[in-house]
Amino acid sequence: MEEENKEAVISEIHRRIAEAFNVFDNESSKSVDVREVGTIIRSLGCFPSEAELHEMIAEVEEEEPTGYIRFEKFLPAMTKVLMERKFRPIPKDVLIQAFEVLDQEKKGYLEAEELKKYMTQEGEPFSQDEVEEMLSAALDNKENVIFYKDLVSKMTFEDL
Amino acid sequence: MGCGVSKSSQFHVQRCEKAAVLIQMWYRKYVARMEMRRRCTWNIFQSIEYAGEQDQIKLYNFLGYLMDHFTPSSSNLICHIFRENEVCRDAEWERYFCYKNIEIPEVYSGPHLTFPLTASQAAGLVESFKNKQQLHSRYVLQLLLETWKLLRILPNINRVSTCHSKEISICGDLHGQLEDLLLIFYKNGMPSMEKPYVFNGDFVDRGKDSIEILLILFAFLLVYPSDVHLNRGNHEDHIVNLRYGFTKEVLGKYRVHGKRILKLLQKIFSWLPLATVIDHKVLVLHGGISDATDLSLLAKVDRHRYVSALRPPKKKPGSEDQLSMDSDMEDDSWISRVSAGTRRRASLTYMKPFASRNDFQHRSLQDFSRHIIRPLREEPKDRRRQAEFTLSTLGHLSSLSAHSHCAALLLQIVDLLWSDPMSQDGCIPNEVRGGGCYWGPDVTEQVLSKNHLQLLIRSHECKQEGYEFCHSRKVLTIFSASNYYEVGSNRGAYITLGPDLIPHLIQYQASSMTRELTLTQRVGWTEHSALKVVREQLFAHRSDLTGAFQEFDKENTGMISLNDWARAVEAVLHLGIPWRVLRSQLVPNAPDGMMNYRSWFRELAIKEPDTEHIHQALLETVYRHRSTLETIFRIVDTDHSGKALGHAPAATVSRVQTRSVLSRV
Repeated sequence: MEEENKEAVISEIHRRIAEAFNVFDNESSKSVDVREVGTIIRSLGCFPSEAELHEMIAEVEEEEPTGYIRFEKFLPAMTKVLMERKFRPIPKDVLIQAFEVLDQEKKGYLEAEELKKYMTQEGEPFSQDEVEEMLSAALDNKENVIFYKDLVSKMTFEDL
Repeated sequence: MGCGVSKSSQFHVQRCEKAAVLIQMWYRKYVARMEMRRRCTWNIFQSIEYAGEQDQIKLYNFLGYLMDHFTPSSSNLICHIFRENEVCRDAEWERYFCYKNIEIPEVYSGPHLTFPLTASQAAGLVESFKNKQQLHSRYVLQLLLETWKLLRILPNINRVSTCHSKEISICGDLHGQLEDLLLIFYKNGMPSMEKPYVFNGDFVDRGKDSIEILLILFAFLLVYPSDVHLNRGNHEDHIVNLRYGFTKEVLGKYRVHGKRILKLLQKIFSWLPLATVIDHKVLVLHGGISDATDLSLLAKVDRHRYVSALRPPKKKPGSEDQLSMDSDMEDDSWISRVSAGTRRRASLTYMKPFASRNDFQHRSLQDFSRHIIRPLREEPKDRRRQAEFTLSTLGHLSSLSAHSHCAALLLQIVDLLWSDPMSQDGCIPNEVRGGGCYWGPDVTEQVLSKNHLQLLIRSHECKQEGYEFCHSRKVLTIFSASNYYEVGSNRGAYITLGPDLIPHLIQYQASSMTRELTLTQRVGWTEHSALKVVREQLFAHRSDLTGAFQEFDKENTGMISLNDWARAVEAVLHLGIPWRVLRSQLVPNAPDGMMNYRSWFRELAIKEPDTEHIHQALLETVYRHRSTLETIFRIVDTDHSGKALGHAPAATVSRVQTRSVLSRV
C-alpha cells in the first residue's frame, strides 16, 4: 500500500514539475532558458535563497553551459527537492518577525527609505528594479510607509 | 562604527542580515509566482488565438475539399459560397464601385475630402477620427479607389533609403487599435517627407477601429507615396477578416455601402506590397521567411493574384499554358475584366486521387489540415511530378507545370505572411498557426547572407515589451498594439532607423491608467480575462468532462481528488494549459484536496442556458464552435442581409435555426 502511495505521489509531483516547466518551454523543445529556472522552482512552492538557486542551477546545467536547461536533468533534481521538502516556505509569523527586527522602534511600519536601504544593502541585495517594484506594491500611498503585517497577508499564497 | 562594538549590537547586525535575507527570499518567491501566472495567462491567450487561426484554416480546407469533390450540378450551395466574381463582370465593376452617385446628406458632420488629397486633409482626417467622427462612404470609396490605383503601380518589394539623413520609423501590428496609432503619431510625428514610415501589416481585425486605421494609412500613402510604405500582413485577407472582426466592423459602420467597400478592400489587400528593403540591408516584412524564400522570385510574382492565403490564385479557363493575369488595368482604366465564371478552384492541396464518399465521412476536420501545405513543402521534386501526373489523368487541371509553380509561389507568400521564428535550426511547418513555417537561426543566416542583408524586421507575434530580438539579434519582432490581450498585458513599440541602421526602440502603452498599475494589478487583470475564457471552455465541454470525472468516481459520490480533476480536464480539452498551476483559481473550494464536480459546474456556469427547446449537448457543441459557425454564416450570407440562402440543402443550417442558435450563445 505504501509503495503504491509513494508511486502515486511521485507521479503527481512529476506532472506538476512538467506543467510548470512547460509554461516556459514555448517551442516544446523540452528545454527552458536558464534565467527562468528560478521562477519555475519558486512557483512550485520552494523558497531557495539566491545562493541555493545558483547551486541548483549548477547541478542541472550541461557540462558546457548552453544557456538552456533540459527537462531530463531538471526533473530528477526538482523531484528530489520537492520530496525532501527542501527550501520550505516561510511561515507568516516568522516573516513578520523578520520585519520586526528591521523595525527597531517597533512602529508597526517601515519607512520607504528604510526598507530600501535594507533590501539593497543587506542579505542578498535587490537590484534597483526589484526594490522599486516591491515599493510600488508595498507602499501605502497616503503615508509613504509600509505596513508590513498587511503586506505579508496580501502577498502570502496558499501552496498546493 | 567606533571601537568597542558591543556584543548585543553585533548580534543585532547579524539578526538584521538574516531578516533581510528572509524577506528577500520571500519577495522573490512572490515575484516568481506572479511571473508564472503572467506566463500562463499569456500562453492561454496565445493558444486560443492561434487555435482560432488553425480552425480557420481547417474550415477552409474542408470547404475546399467539398468544392473539389462535388460536381457543380450537385451542390449549388458550394458553388455559391466560392463563387467569387460572378456578380461583377466587366463593366459592372465600374458601376459597382462608383461613388459619384452617393450623396452626402446635409446633416453629415464628418470630414469632407477633395482629391488629390493634401497633407492637411490627411492630418485633418486623423483629428476627425480622434474625435470619433466617421468618414462618409462616398469619401471612403473615393479614397480607396485612389489607393487601389496607386498600389497597382508599386512593386512587390518597396525599396527605401535613409539618404538625406532621413530616419525611418517602422510600426508593427496595429489590429484596429486607433489609440496606439494616435500615440505613435503623437510621440513620433505624422508621416511626411522628413518622416518616412513603414507599416508592417495587420492593420485590421480584433480592434474596433480597423477601417479608420486603414483610411489614415491610405490617406498618408496618397499624400506621400515615396515616404509611406505598407507591407501586407496575414490579416490583410478578406477570408481571415470574416472571422476576426474586420468584416463585421465595416458592415456595422457602413450599412448601405459596406459590402462594396469590403469588395474594393479585397482588391486593395491583394495589391499591398509584400516587403520593404531599407538601404539594401534591412528586410522588413510581416511574418517571416522560410528555407524556400527567394526574394528575386518574389519581386517578380503577380502578387495581386494571391487574394487570400487560404485560396490559390484564379485561373482563366481556356488558357492552357499560362495562368492569366487578373488584368484589371486596360487602357488606363481601372475597370476590371474579371475572368468569367471560374467554377472550380485549382486544388492546391489535394494530391490524392478522388476519394470515395465513405472515406469522406470518416475523416475529421483535423485530417484536412495535414494536407495543407506540408505535403507540397516536403515532397521532393520527383514525387511532386508524380502527384501531378496522377492529377492529370483525372483531368483536374489544365496546366500542371503552371500549377505547381503557382503553388510554390503561393507557399512563399504564405511563408512571408504567416511564419514565426524558433530557436532551433531548421524549417518546419507551423502547425500552431496552420500555415507558414517555423524557421531557425540557420535559415536566417542563409537568407540574409544570400541577399546581402544584415537585419530582418518582422511583426506577427505579440511581445510583452512590444519588441523582441532573436537569432543573435539578426531578427527583430516589432508589435505596436499595446494591451493586445487585455488591459495591461503588453506594451507596444515602434522602431526608428537612421543611416547607421541601428534600430532604436520606443515603447508605450495606450491608456494612462495601465502605467500606474502595479505588477500585481496588471497580472491580476489579464489573468481574470484569461480565466474567464478558460472557464467558458470548461463549460462548453461539460458533458465530456462529467464523463471523464465519473471515470475517477466509480462509486458516484460526486467527489474526486484535485489530481484526478487535473488529469481529466487535460484529457478532454487538450489545451496544454497548466491546470495544476491554475487550480486554485479554477476550483476555489477544495477542502482536503477533494472537489465536488457537480456543484463546481453549477458555479462555473456563466449564465444558465435556456434549455427549453435545445438539447443540452447541441447547445454545448454550438457554443464551442460558435466562432466557426459565425464565420460560415457570414460566408453563406453573401448578401449580408442576415438571411442565409433560401433553399436549404443538407449542408447548411436553415436561416431561422442559425439565427436563434447564435443568439442564444
